[in-house]
Amino acid sequence: MIFFLAKRIVLMLLTMLIVSIVLFAVLEVNVENLATRVLGQFATPEQRANWLEENGYLRPIYIRYIEWITGVLQGDFGHSTRFNVPVSEMLWGRLGNTGLLGLCVFAVMIPLALTLGILSGMKEGSSLDRSITFVSVMTTSVPEFASAVLMSAVFVFALGWLPGTSGMTQGFNWAEMVLPVAVLVLYGFGYIARMMRASMAEVMHSAYIRTAVLKGLPYQRVIVRHALRNAMIAPFTVIILQINWLLSGVIVVEYFFAYQGFGALLLDAALNVDIDLIMACAMVATVVAVATQTIADIGYTYLNPRIRFS
Amino acid sequence: MAQIEEDLSPGIASRLADQARGLVKGVFLLRESWVGMLGAGILVFWVIVAILAPVLAPYPPDQQISPLINAPPMTAAEPGRTFFTDEGMLTTDGTEFYILGGDSLGRDVLSRLIYGARSVLIYAPLATGFAYAIGILMGLLAGYKRGWIDDVLSRISDMILAFPVLVLYVVIITVMDRSAMNIVLAVTFASAPGIMRIVRGLVLDLRNRDYVAAAQTRGESSWYIMFREILPNARGPLIVDACLRLGYTTITIGVLGFLGLGLPPPDPNWGNLIAENRNIALTAPHSTVFPCLAISSLVLGLNLLADGLREISLKD
Repeated sequence: MIFFLAKRIVLMLLTMLIVSIVLFAVLEVNVENLATRVLGQFATPEQRANWLEENGYLRPIYIRYIEWITGVLQGDFGHSTRFNVPVSEMLWGRLGNTGLLGLCVFAVMIPLALTLGILSGMKEGSSLDRSITFVSVMTTSVPEFASAVLMSAVFVFALGWLPGTSGMTQGFNWAEMVLPVAVLVLYGFGYIARMMRASMAEVMHSAYIRTAVLKGLPYQRVIVRHALRNAMIAPFTVIILQINWLLSGVIVVEYFFAYQGFGALLLDAALNVDIDLIMACAMVATVVAVATQTIADIGYTYLNPRIRFS
Repeated sequence: MAQIEEDLSPGIASRLADQARGLVKGVFLLRESWVGMLGAGILVFWVIVAILAPVLAPYPPDQQISPLINAPPMTAAEPGRTFFTDEGMLTTDGTEFYILGGDSLGRDVLSRLIYGARSVLIYAPLATGFAYAIGILMGLLAGYKRGWIDDVLSRISDMILAFPVLVLYVVIITVMDRSAMNIVLAVTFASAPGIMRIVRGLVLDLRNRDYVAAAQTRGESSWYIMFREILPNARGPLIVDACLRLGYTTITIGVLGFLGLGLPPPDPNWGNLIAENRNIALTAPHSTVFPCLAISSLVLGLNLLADGLREISLKD
């Protein structure tokens, strides 16, 4: 077990290292562009060259990479050219906001998706199953930006029930969280529900469920005590990996609703070629991605005793 | 009897006829699933709209009539207002109106929507097709050759797949600037690994079949075996996946347009339409709501079609 964990963690660190090197090299292509962004489009080539020289962008790339990575290891992510503050000053607050948004989304989405998945997987082919499946295909077909527009049109423009932006300018306001959370839940729940349904349906066909039913156990007990425990294993991985999807989803939603989170920060950085900020955001995304993958793997192995550590 | 006749004349013509028959049979099979039929119907509808765009659109997609800026649907312009077109200055006579209203630059939302179908139905299949070409090649190589090729390709794709898709797109487009070509490349880069995984899994299953062994004994090259023996037999699940993936790519191109990272303006693809009118989305929603409905319906059509195809393939 310890060996397995150690191996996963080493692999995780290695992945992060490789991604950081690739990203660093790739973003270098645009250094000239960065100078233009900072100095404006009317700067002369000499001014741009001077700026690059002054800020150390003309030194060999490996020296700058080593500098960058030693900085990161000490918690210093460099300087944002867009906001003109140290990156670490912005990053954690924004991440916290996104974390809160993600937590709300999961708190609503997981119970909803699992309940629907279990209900439709219990009786495959029933009318309830068919309606749930159809609804989840429908909601998964509406991209986040489309449901954001459509829901704002209904709840903000037509009915006037909810605020249209979620900038939290007057402090934290629950009403401003409703639409962003709703948009993400609407797009995301269908996938989990489908996975839960498939897993549940598979378990319901297994021999031990038939035995439990035939020996006369109450149906509710068969579901809760026998079916659910095994049916929950596969969706667990899916749920953990949804954290990854959420990182993509928040870019759209935070941009549309002007929510001050990580996704909006990354987009802002990208549109302004803010290299240090992009690097920091992309590294955070990598850490989250690799960590969720590792947790999903470990969790799956742990939950399913049929898979041995090897 | 028919069997014997076919065996007697194994020409190209009969093989083509065979394929045509298979296609017709496929379309007929789809009739068994109303979900699939509905999906195919929606898809066909948009394809027709895209093809007939110049006929269907009441205005050119870039035509601006300034008195109709942000005009609500079916509302005529005030008479006597002047506006400029390519033909010079014109005056409204109170009869000009847009069926779905005007956008923030005074263009017809309906016409842009119709021309947008063209843009979406060109770039999404193009990007998906490109991703498939690369993904299939990688998957065949990894699954059939195994060994170090498999290890390297699988490691690389695991790494790419671990990354949040949209973060990947944002970084790629930042580095490469927005253009149609770069969107195709970005989509390929992000989805080829997923396709490779599916193809690899299928190949691992198919490579031990007798007909592959037979081809190997005949001394066929591994390229022949991969593309002529294995790939045609893996097509079922790949077609279903392609429908779903086409839907994702449609969403992706839409999202990129929406974020201002997609096809450069004035391209009327649906993501761009929403981005162009985002600042008036809360006051004049007609210019954003209809493109949203359009993209959602197209993706829904593709998803339903994929569901229908899967249902049918599970039946037999």
